[in-house]
Amino acid sequence: MRRPLELYIHIPFCVRKCLYCDFLSQPAGEMVQHGYVEQLLAEIDRESGYYQEYGVVSVYLGGGTPSILPAEDIRAILDKVRACFFLEPGAEITIEANPGTANLDKLKAFADSGINRISLGLQSADDRELKTLGRIHTFEDFLKSYQRVRLAGFSNVNVDLMSALPGQTLASWKSTLRKVLMLKPEHISAYSLMIEEGTPFYGKYHDHPELLPSEDEEREMYYATREILKEHGFERYEISNYALAGFECRHNIGYWTGVEYLGLGLGSSSYLQGFRFRNEPDLEAYRKIDFRSDDADWRLHQDIAELTERDRIEEFMILGLRMTRGVSGSEFLKRFGQNMWNVYSGVIPKLVENGLLEVESPYIRLTDFGMDVSNYVLSEFLFDR
Amino acid sequence: MPSIDQSKIRNFSIIAHIDHGKSTLADRIIEMTGLLTSREMQAQVLDNMDLERERGITIKAQAVRTVYKAKNGEEYIFNLIDTPGHVDFNYEVSRSLAACDGAVLVVDAAQGIEAQTLANVYLALDHNLEVFPVINKIDLPSAEPDRVAAEIEDVIGLEAHDAPRISAKTGLNVEDVLEAIVDRIPAPKGDPEAPLCCLIFDSVYDSYKGVIVFCRVMDGTVKKGTMIRMMATGAEEEVAEVGYFGAGQLIPCEELSAGMVGYITASIKNVKDTQVGDTITDKNRPCREPLPGYKKVTPMVYCGLYPADGAKYGDLRDALEKLQLNDASLFYEPETSMALGFGFRCGFLGLLHLEIIEERLEREYNLDLVTTAPSVIYRVYKKTGEMIELTNPSNMPDPSEIDYMEEPVARAEIMVTTEYVGAIMTLCQERRGVYLGMEYMEATRAILRYDLPLNEIIYDFFDALKSRSRGYASLDYEIRGYQRSELVKLDILVNREYIDALSFIVHAESAYDRGRKMCEKLKEEIPRHLFEIPIQAAVGSKIIARETVKAMRKDVLAKCYGGDITRKKKLLEKQKEGKKRMRQIGNVEIPQKAFMSVLKLDEE
Repeated sequence: MRRPLELYIHIPFCVRKCLYCDFLSQPAGEMVQHGYVEQLLAEIDRESGYYQEYGVVSVYLGGGTPSILPAEDIRAILDKVRACFFLEPGAEITIEANPGTANLDKLKAFADSGINRISLGLQSADDRELKTLGRIHTFEDFLKSYQRVRLAGFSNVNVDLMSALPGQTLASWKSTLRKVLMLKPEHISAYSLMIEEGTPFYGKYHDHPELLPSEDEEREMYYATREILKEHGFERYEISNYALAGFECRHNIGYWTGVEYLGLGLGSSSYLQGFRFRNEPDLEAYRKIDFRSDDADWRLHQDIAELTERDRIEEFMILGLRMTRGVSGSEFLKRFGQNMWNVYSGVIPKLVENGLLEVESPYIRLTDFGMDVSNYVLSEFLFDR
Repeated sequence: MPSIDQSKIRNFSIIAHIDHGKSTLADRIIEMTGLLTSREMQAQVLDNMDLERERGITIKAQAVRTVYKAKNGEEYIFNLIDTPGHVDFNYEVSRSLAACDGAVLVVDAAQGIEAQTLANVYLALDHNLEVFPVINKIDLPSAEPDRVAAEIEDVIGLEAHDAPRISAKTGLNVEDVLEAIVDRIPAPKGDPEAPLCCLIFDSVYDSYKGVIVFCRVMDGTVKKGTMIRMMATGAEEEVAEVGYFGAGQLIPCEELSAGMVGYITASIKNVKDTQVGDTITDKNRPCREPLPGYKKVTPMVYCGLYPADGAKYGDLRDALEKLQLNDASLFYEPETSMALGFGFRCGFLGLLHLEIIEERLEREYNLDLVTTAPSVIYRVYKKTGEMIELTNPSNMPDPSEIDYMEEPVARAEIMVTTEYVGAIMTLCQERRGVYLGMEYMEATRAILRYDLPLNEIIYDFFDALKSRSRGYASLDYEIRGYQRSELVKLDILVNREYIDALSFIVHAESAYDRGRKMCEKLKEEIPRHLFEIPIQAAVGSKIIARETVKAMRKDVLAKCYGGDITRKKKLLEKQKEGKKRMRQIGNVEIPQKAFMSVLKLDEE
């Protein structure tokens, strides 16, 4: 069997930047977008050369809003991936899409290019809340898009939702959940709003948390999410992710379980052969890289860091514990040749005693309370510097 | 070496309020007397320690000797003795002045006279020094030299119409100051043949030479081989070297005779043997009586210093030991706290002295410290008739054993512009001040006199004074004595556990108010935990205030995908680091700065 590899492909363009968004994305003209795709193809050509012994198990087209690209561009990218990498049969291929950015023909073309999973950004079913977020669409627009996605034949659809929004109430959140559940998607990501530095929301809310739902309200929303989704057959498999059985996002599970991944395109991150690095995040600088020249890798890759075994152990724990199944002591032993219970002998019993962690041998996992305060728990798994 | 002509020596100091330009004038004098080239001049030659430069104040008295060729063609030796500029170091100031024959009074041309100016002038006049004024900073746009000259004449009674008007910063008219030093400051008197009588005004420890004693020879002569005796401490040693002060260096010479200022080394191991103010004499031919004015310096303010990391206890002990080599007024002894582990109870001259030591320990010795609330020395009279001096609140006996208690009281002079008199009087009343009187210095300024309990002064009184007068009030005080007072020990319980390091002693009437504020403050300082934490203030077994730190309900990163991992891990690392700066007490983690929060109760 080939060594598994995940590909993340970044499309840094959107129709308009949302007020909470800190992703590397901006509106751009068709010429810029097209030039970017050309450059991306050249990057795939070049970088794939190093990973011929790998088998690609998942591809994720993220953004920005990748669905604003013309269908031919998406097809060209996936054709290039197929030509340059060994793509495993049955690989999960996801594209992110926003309501109003893809008509039926485009969606059919996506399916025809091999895409088998779509992630739709809805965030809220309340138009007032959508407006507060600076979204470009209404709930009505979303309904139309969702219909088209199904018509185009997609049978694995995620809907992104956000709780703890300014002005949101427990009732409006429950209503958003119920409206979405009526559509029977396979997967729901439900995030609590995070106020990120450098966004308009940061300026508005960082010093005024009183304008946001309180911590107690936010937790009520979180508990309601799990309860309501459970009633509809969704299992929470990670802090913010819920799916019908068998529809968990394989690509994302790869991030939490230490599968290697290669980021392609502007500012994307990679974890390969024990190194973590990041692509050039400046669009102008990225566009100027000549992928046929010798120094292309040097100009493309930044913040290269080799992970020590300690780093890898820490990440195995802090990422693995985000998932409800937890981390397995047997897997730990297999990977690191050490006994997890000994390595964390001072940590695990204390957390279990405090009701933050539960043990079901060989697994340890966060309790519900542990999930609520996961930063506190996860930081305990970091070693002293 | 030909003996030096006494009539060509001028021993003087510069006295001024903080920031009126004392150090800058000293620099100019050193520069213009040609001892150093401009290139060698650091910003402020007299201030040796980095710390002093940053705070803009001089901590330890030091001296420098320069040679000035006057307009009359003669060469004069100037011994400029620097004095510390803060009320905590009043005694050191008085000993430095005692080593001088005159003083240059520097007054800021814009600010005029301040409380400290007055205090220092009176101190100088008490020592019969010839004082002449200099008006500085005349280059400032807001300078009013005429007004200030009139003020000096009215308030202090010094002739000021012909006072040099200078800018020490630019060097303008500083020449006039040099000439005035020659003309107006008297040459020293004293008999070089008489028995040795020599005043110690400072001492520093040097790892090669041992203690270096800074002194002024009043009578007699001292040279290598003289057997000397410190009259108060009784220490005796043979002189190894004598010399005078270059700029930042010691220059050995043959002998020091009456009228001269210089240093003596004698392989003395401890500055405690060479107390400031003590008299050095010749063991074999002693003078009849010691110089007047010596007193043993005693710490007035105490607090506990603990290493943040318990394993650094030994490092803290070594650092204190080293600092004490140079600072006889620093006191320390080991103590143990249930909450903080092993540390030291340290005594200081005042709050500024405390802060300076704390900063030096953190900066020069790289120690991370937890400091408990400062305390004064209380006298506890027990029913058995026994009296104990209490420096650590947690050692207070059970109230049933106490007959009565006394606390130290300071006599304070606060100078303030008239518009803030009301606000400052209110402050003094809140702080249990007893009003003694008020004098108008001129139409816009007044001096308020109060007796204030010292424990009220050390609880952020300076900050309160500054904030309530917009920085226009200045304070000078001296300890007057002890007075009987209704005092109680206020205890703090966090999660129902008594935290000894947070106890403090307070006047019975302010107990409720302070207890409430303390709980509020701690509620802000203690982060949310996984459980609810009650914070209580108690006097004896009676709970007088309570606050609650609510349990943490949420601490979670909603998203963490491939591109987020590095950044999110850093966040968790920061969180973990934050936990390390906490003290674990029972199940509760208390941030180190919480132990000082009692000091910040006056925030309005």
